Amino acid sequence: MRYLPLTTPDRHAMLAAIGAKSIDDLFVDVPAEAQLAGPIAGLPNHASEMVVERHFSDLARRNMAASHHPFFLGCGAYKHHVPASVDHIIQRGEFLTAYTPYQPEIAQGTLQMLFEFQTQVARLFGCDVANASMYDGSTACWEAIGMAGRITKRKKAILSSGLHPHYVSVARTMAKYTGDHLDTALPSLSATTDSARLLDAIDGETSCVVVQYPDILGRIEDLSAIAAKAHEHGALLIAVVTEPVALGAIRAPGEMGADIVVGEGQSLGVGLQFGGPYVGLFACKEKFVRQMPGRLCGETVDAEGKRGFVLTLSTREQHIRREKATSNICTNSGLCALAFSIHMTLLGEKGLRGLAQANHALAVQAADRLARVPGVELVNDSFFNEFTLRLPREARPVVRALADKKVLGGVSLGRLYPNVSELEKGLVVAVTETASVEDIETFATALQEILS
Amino acid sequence: MSALNQSGWKPEMGPSGDAKPATFTGNRALMLEEALIFEIGTTDTTGVDLPEVGTVATRLGGLERHRTIGLPGLSEPEAVRHYTRLSRQNYAIDLGFFPLGSCTMKHNPRLNEKVARMAGFADVHPLQPVETVQGALAVINELAVWLIELTGMHGVAMTPKAGAHGELCGILAIKAALEARGDPRSVILVPESAHGTNPATAAFAGFSVENIPATSEGRVDLDALKARLGPDVAGVMITNPNTCGLFERDMKAISDAVHAAGGYVYCDGANFNAIVGRVRPGDLGIDAMHINLHKTFSTPHGGGGPGSGPVVLSEALSPYGPLPFTERHADGRYSLVEEETVGERHPHSFGRMTAFHGQMGMFTRALSYIMSHGADGLRQVAEDAVLNANYILRSLEGTMDAPFAHSGPCMHEALFSDNGLAEGFTTLDIAKGLIDEGYHPMTVYFPLVVHGAMLIEPTETESKATLDQFIGAMRSVVQRAKAGDPSLKSAPHHAPRRRLDETLAARKPLLVWREPEEAVAAE
Repeated sequence: MRYLPLTTPDRHAMLAAIGAKSIDDLFVDVPAEAQLAGPIAGLPNHASEMVVERHFSDLARRNMAASHHPFFLGCGAYKHHVPASVDHIIQRGEFLTAYTPYQPEIAQGTLQMLFEFQTQVARLFGCDVANASMYDGSTACWEAIGMAGRITKRKKAILSSGLHPHYVSVARTMAKYTGDHLDTALPSLSATTDSARLLDAIDGETSCVVVQYPDILGRIEDLSAIAAKAHEHGALLIAVVTEPVALGAIRAPGEMGADIVVGEGQSLGVGLQFGGPYVGLFACKEKFVRQMPGRLCGETVDAEGKRGFVLTLSTREQHIRREKATSNICTNSGLCALAFSIHMTLLGEKGLRGLAQANHALAVQAADRLARVPGVELVNDSFFNEFTLRLPREARPVVRALADKKVLGGVSLGRLYPNVSELEKGLVVAVTETASVEDIETFATALQEILS
Repeated sequence: MSALNQSGWKPEMGPSGDAKPATFTGNRALMLEEALIFEIGTTDTTGVDLPEVGTVATRLGGLERHRTIGLPGLSEPEAVRHYTRLSRQNYAIDLGFFPLGSCTMKHNPRLNEKVARMAGFADVHPLQPVETVQGALAVINELAVWLIELTGMHGVAMTPKAGAHGELCGILAIKAALEARGDPRSVILVPESAHGTNPATAAFAGFSVENIPATSEGRVDLDALKARLGPDVAGVMITNPNTCGLFERDMKAISDAVHAAGGYVYCDGANFNAIVGRVRPGDLGIDAMHINLHKTFSTPHGGGGPGSGPVVLSEALSPYGPLPFTERHADGRYSLVEEETVGERHPHSFGRMTAFHGQMGMFTRALSYIMSHGADGLRQVAEDAVLNANYILRSLEGTMDAPFAHSGPCMHEALFSDNGLAEGFTTLDIAKGLIDEGYHPMTVYFPLVVHGAMLIEPTETESKATLDQFIGAMRSVVQRAKAGDPSLKSAPHHAPRRRLDETLAARKPLLVWREPEEAVAAE
C-alpha cells in the first residue's frame, strides 16, 4: 500500500470532520446489493516492489528482444537506435506526469514542445501545418479519410493496394459505420504498384486517393500524377508514411501535391514496444486546417506581451462541439510526440539525412546479399530501407524456422494477408542502421540453410 | 495569514510591495526563458554520431530529396538543456496537487516505468512470431483477467488506444449486435452532464444523439429516460459515477429498462477510480465500459497521452469485440487471434480498430500498479479517493456554492459553482488565483449542467496535510473573489506566463514556426 499516504488516524479524523461514522456511510448511494462485502475473492492481495519486479522480469525473459538478435522486421514498425537522452528527458516528471495543457500559464513546456513538433512534422512531410499528434498511423489514416469526406462531401475513397493491410482493416471497420465506400485491392508480388488502377478509378464521386509511400512492399513511386488526376476531379490525395526516416532521403509527399499527409512516428524516439503506444502524425494544407481532427497548438502573447503558446481552434473539438466535432479524439500521444521531437532535434537535418543514407546503404547491401541465396528473388526495383523477397516456398514457416535459429528475419506476407496464395511466398525485410554487416550475413546463411 | 496555510510547513513570506528589477536576459533566477529550436539550432548541427557506411548507387526510384527540409539540430548538451528548461515551465503531479476533476491525476509509480522498459517488452516487434513473444502476450492476458474480474464482466477488448477510442469500440459493438439481429436503431441517449467525447463518439458511428435531462439532485431522470425509450433507441451512454461526482443510484433500474426496450447500456468508465474493488459494473447491468488505464490504473498522462482504453464487454456484446486478442491455452501457451486465425472462433467481430495489439507500454504499467495494490489495495484506493473528495466537499461547502451537496456524499470528486462571487469575478479567476498559490486548478466549466463549474478530484494519493493546505488556499482565493480583489482578475502573477490571449490565437492561427521574413510576407 506504498502509494497511499493516508494513515488510519488521518482517516478517522477526516471521517469525523465529514460527519460520517465509517467509510461505508460515503457509499450509501450505491445500492447494497451492488456492493462487495470485501476484497474480490480469488485475486491476489498487494505485493512489494521486489515481488512485482521479479514477476515482470520472468515474463520479459520469455520474449526474444530485438536488440539481442539479428533483426529485420518492419511493416509499419521499425527498430532504430534511440539516443539515451531521449528516454531521460521524457522521464522528467514535469513532462511525464503533466496533463493536457488546459492551463497554458503553467504548461508552456508541453505547449512549446508541441509547437516545435508541429513545425518539424509539417516540414518533414512538405505540408503547411500539422497537429499535435494522433494515436498512431492507422488511426491517423482513417481520420484523414473522414476529413477528406467532410471537405469534398463525397463518400468514395480509393485505397492503394500498397497501403498497410492493418490500416485498410481499420478504415474498413470505420467505413462500415460512416457509410464511406472504400475501393480496395490486394497487392501483387511485383515491382510495379497499382497506380494505373488508382488513376482509372478516380472520378467525380471520389473523395480521396490513399497511397502509402514507401508502400507495404517497400516500393517508392512518384505521387505527382495521382495528385494531378485527383485534383482535376476535385478529390484529395492522402499520403501515408509509415517510415518517416525515409523522408531524409526521398521527396516529401507534400512536394508532390499530397493534400493530407499522415504517418506513424514510432521510428523516431518511441521504440518498438510490441505495437504501442506509438504516435500518429497528421499534416495538411493550410486551407483545410479547420477540418483537421485532434489538438492544435498555436502561438500567441500573454498579458505582458511575451510570446506564449496555447491549444487553439478548439471549436473543432468534442469538448466544445460535442456531436458536431471533427473527431472524438481527446487524449492523443503527447509523450511520444515529445520523444519524436527530441530525437528529431538531436538528429537535425544533417543527422536525419545521414541516418537515411545509412539505412538505404545497408538495405541495398542486404537486398543484394539475400537475392544471392539460391531460389530467392528481389521483388523491388525501388526501395528505401525495406524490400520484398520472393522465396521458393511459403514464407511463414521460413520465418518460424529463422526464429528457431535466433534470427528475426522479416514479416511474411502470409501473416498480413492470410489465405492469399499469390502472396504467401513474399517476405518483407527491413534493414535499419541497427543491422550490422555480420547480421546480414548471419541472416543470409540461415535462410540458405532453411531453403536448401 | 493562518487562512493561507492551516497545517504543515509554512513558507516564509518575503517583504511585500518590492518592485521586481528587470534582468538583462529576461530570466528570473531559476525561471529561465527558452527560445525555439528554430531560433537556436541549425540544419548543419547534429547531436548524434552518424554510422559510417559506404556509399552505394541509390535505388530510390529517382525521388531523391534535394531541397532543404528545414529541420534544425542541436548538439546533445544543448538539446538536453533545451528540453530541461522547457520541462520547468510545466506543472505536474510530481510537483504538486493536481485536482483536475474527471482526469484522476494520481501519483505515477516509477516501478511501472522500470518494468515497461525491460527489453522483453519495450524492444519486441508487434509482428514477431508468437512463439517469440509469449511473455508479452502473457502480460496482456493477465491484465485482461484482472480487468474482467474487477468489473464482473464477460470479456475485454484490449486494443483501444484511449478513452474516446474505447467509447468507439463499445458503440461499434452495440451497432454490430443490432445489425446481427437486423434491428436498425438510430438513437443514442446521453445525459446532459456527459463528457463531450460521448456525443462525438455516438455521432461518429452514425447515431443521432439525444439528451436525457437530470434531476435537481444531479442524477439521470429515470422517468424521463423511460419515457423516451422505444424501438428506435439503440442504447444509452452513462457515466457512473457521473460527472457531478455522484453515483447513479438507479443504475440497475436504468439498465433493466434499457434492456427491456431492446437497447444496450454503455458506461463511460472515466470515473471507475471511485468504485474499483467495491462495486462491479457487471452487477449493474452494464454491457460495455471503457477503462482509462491512464486514470484509474496510474499510467502517466504524459502532457496529453498516450492513454489506453480497454473495454469490458457483457456476454451479449463480447462476440462483436474487435481483433486482435490473446488466448491462453490449457498448456500455458498463448496465441493471438487475428484475421488469419480468427476462423469460426470469433466470426462476428466488428473488425480491427488499430494496426497492432493496443498500448502494450501502458499494459505493463497498469499491471504493475494493479499487482502492487492487489485486491485489498484497490478497494482501499476507492475508499481513500472518496474520503478525500468528501473531505474537500465538506470543508469548502461553507465557503463555496456546492449545488449538489444536499444530494448526499460525493464519490471521487466534488462539484462547486461560481454562485456568490463578486460581480465580474468568474471561475476562471479562481483557477488563475490557484496557479499563484502553487496548485494546478481543478476542472473548470465542466460539467455544463452547473454555472461556472469547478470540479475537484483529489485522488487517493494525496495526504491529509496536502488537502488541508489546499482547502486553506481555496478559501483564501474564493474570499478574494467574493471581496472583488482586483489583483485576482490579473492572476496569475507568479507563473512563467501571465494570462494568454486565446482569442488572438484562434483568430490568426500560427500553428508552425516561420522564418521572420517568411512570417512577414505571409501577412
